Amino acid sequence: MRSITLSQAVNEAIAEEMRRDETVFLIGEDVAEAGTPFKVTSGLVEEFGTDRVIDTPIAEPGFMGLAVGAAMTGARPIVDLMFGDFLFLVMDQLCNQAAKTHYMSGGKLNVPLVLRTNLGATRRSAAQHSQSLHALVAHIPGLKVAMPSSAYEAKGLMKTAIRDDNPVVIFEDKLMYQDKAEVPEEEFLIPFGEAKVLREGRDVTLIGTSSMRQVCEAAATMLEADGVSAEVIDPRTIAPLDEATILQSVKKTTRAIVVDEGHQNFGTTAEIAARISEKAFYHLDAPVIRMGAMDVPIPFSPALEDLTVPTPEQVAENARRIVAGELIHAL
Amino acid sequence: MADAKTNTEDYLQMYRQMVRIRTFEDNANQLYLDAKMPGLTHMYSGEEAVAVGICEALKVTDKITSTHRGHGHCVAKGAAFKEMFCELLGKEEGYCRGKGGSMHIADQSNGNLGANAIVGGSMGIATGSALRAKMQGSDDVTVCFFGDGATAQGLMYEVMNMAALWKLPVIYACENNGYSEYTKTDEIAAGEITARAEAFGIEAHKVDGQDVLAVNALTTELVQRARNGEGPFFIELDTYRYHGHHVGDINRTYYRTKDEEAEWKAKRDPIKLFGDWLTGEGIASEDELAALGEEVRSEAAEAVAYALEAPYPDGSEVDMHVFLETT
Ligand SMILES: Cc1ncc(C[n+]2csc(CCOP(=O)(O)OP(=O)(O)O)c2C)c(N)n1
Ligand SMILES: [Mg+2]
Repeated sequence: MRSITLSQAVNEAIAEEMRRDETVFLIGEDVAEAGTPFKVTSGLVEEFGTDRVIDTPIAEPGFMGLAVGAAMTGARPIVDLMFGDFLFLVMDQLCNQAAKTHYMSGGKLNVPLVLRTNLGATRRSAAQHSQSLHALVAHIPGLKVAMPSSAYEAKGLMKTAIRDDNPVVIFEDKLMYQDKAEVPEEEFLIPFGEAKVLREGRDVTLIGTSSMRQVCEAAATMLEADGVSAEVIDPRTIAPLDEATILQSVKKTTRAIVVDEGHQNFGTTAEIAARISEKAFYHLDAPVIRMGAMDVPIPFSPALEDLTVPTPEQVAENARRIVAGELIHAL
Repeated sequence: MADAKTNTEDYLQMYRQMVRIRTFEDNANQLYLDAKMPGLTHMYSGEEAVAVGICEALKVTDKITSTHRGHGHCVAKGAAFKEMFCELLGKEEGYCRGKGGSMHIADQSNGNLGANAIVGGSMGIATGSALRAKMQGSDDVTVCFFGDGATAQGLMYEVMNMAALWKLPVIYACENNGYSEYTKTDEIAAGEITARAEAFGIEAHKVDGQDVLAVNALTTELVQRARNGEGPFFIELDTYRYHGHHVGDINRTYYRTKDEEAEWKAKRDPIKLFGDWLTGEGIASEDELAALGEEVRSEAAEAVAYALEAPYPDGSEVDMHVFLETT
């Protein structure tokens, strides 16, 4: 099968859906000629023109609001938010307007829009360009949240997002744009709420979202050398969350570590760990371990920044310890 | 204090500060090209007369807020090379102990409340700083630097309204360099930029941002009036950035021609224009200006060498400064 980059995968997904449905349009800063700073949307304006690939002023709350209005009246906008950190600027339009419209209208209005943005630290971009804020929007009822972990997922999830009749926020990992993966040429979609078991194992379940999927896979490889068998699961969407696949795995392995690049406190790891604890408690042989980004603003200095994100070594170490029956958090 | 710069010492100080900014940026760019600097940075080269013309009209306790393109403001407000280069390299002795980097450099000892990686993000801060000065009865003025692209942010209109209602001592300084990222300003800004301020009854001026004397004369007058309670004011400064949007923006002919860049550098370089004026007026000789340039270059080289060798912060600092721990 051919391999393409995550960036090409997103580009293809958008192009295919724009060809398929003329109500789909792309709006954001420098999305046309410049193709975004990460060069993800290059070539789209040449094919679809400036009516459907729209460069905006630097006015995130403004164009987010425009997208909500256009979606309520029949379009399927894809909003490009250059950095996930700018979510804080669009929160009212996204969370108070887009997320609640269908419910507040008693089911009469709906907002089929996609907000595509990114997450991920270690680019030396400091505290306002490095956050992973998916938990923040996953907290809001009415929003779906997808977190592709490779080019394959990026394409399949983007196409599903565009066809969804509700607001969807997609977080791409900035560090993964040039990473290649096998992506079929034929059309495919990845349904929301379906986790993927990437590797089967007996002793511990490693659940990794987005950028942390590779971290979990690398940890599993290290653990194999020590005779520890790890199962690796990528939830792919956190809202909705495929509880069934996660619970089934944990009931088998009896141990779980949840790894995610958002801050640990009140984060995605906490939500998944809580669901496991509530629903598989009597199957567990160890407390569920959360591993999120350190609860600090992301520092600029490489000497500090690298300490804030979970590494395969740390995941493997925690796995070894819980499999050996050690307590990670002393009583 | 109310007078624009008129004596030899002041002129040479302005010239030196402009050369210091250019030299700082040349070194920062080289550090990036040599893969010695983490991340990306935005060069101020070409816009030196804006920061220097304005900051030379301020006193140390006056405040500024800066932008992602902030090295120029930082130098002009009095920062030292050593701490700045240390910050750009993520070293412990940097202005922010390596935590901020290029886009968050701040130097509160000189009244620099910080660069900002959110476009338009400092407009509230600048206006709040002016509110504080007024509440305290101090005569400090705050200058809010921002780009033409930032005029698209709604926050600007909310705070200009309040600044005008409450006559706050703030000066909004719009550095119009013709582009926001990879887009021409004409394509993303409707109407006149100064008209935005005028709509709130704020006195707005347009000035050639390559002419340091013009910038300084205007700012000096407005700062004085702001101290007397006549603020706020708005200045649009016509200028140009020589480099790409950031140091990695090398192939940029798709949005900006090489001829256009060459023309600004040849005909409207702020340092060359001011240097020519200084020699023409007999204030300094070409040799003196060249010697000054050499002096600044060796100051920068020394600071870079120091910063490259300086230690990174200890890992234990990673969770320091999330909160101020009051004992
Ligand atoms: C809220 C926000 N939106 C977008 C960006 C990305 N961005 C960084 S600089 C920039 C352009 C800013 O243009 P302008 O204000 O004219 O300043 P200049 O770079 O020209 O100095 C953009 C879009 C950002 N940092 N913050
Ligand atoms: Mg600009």
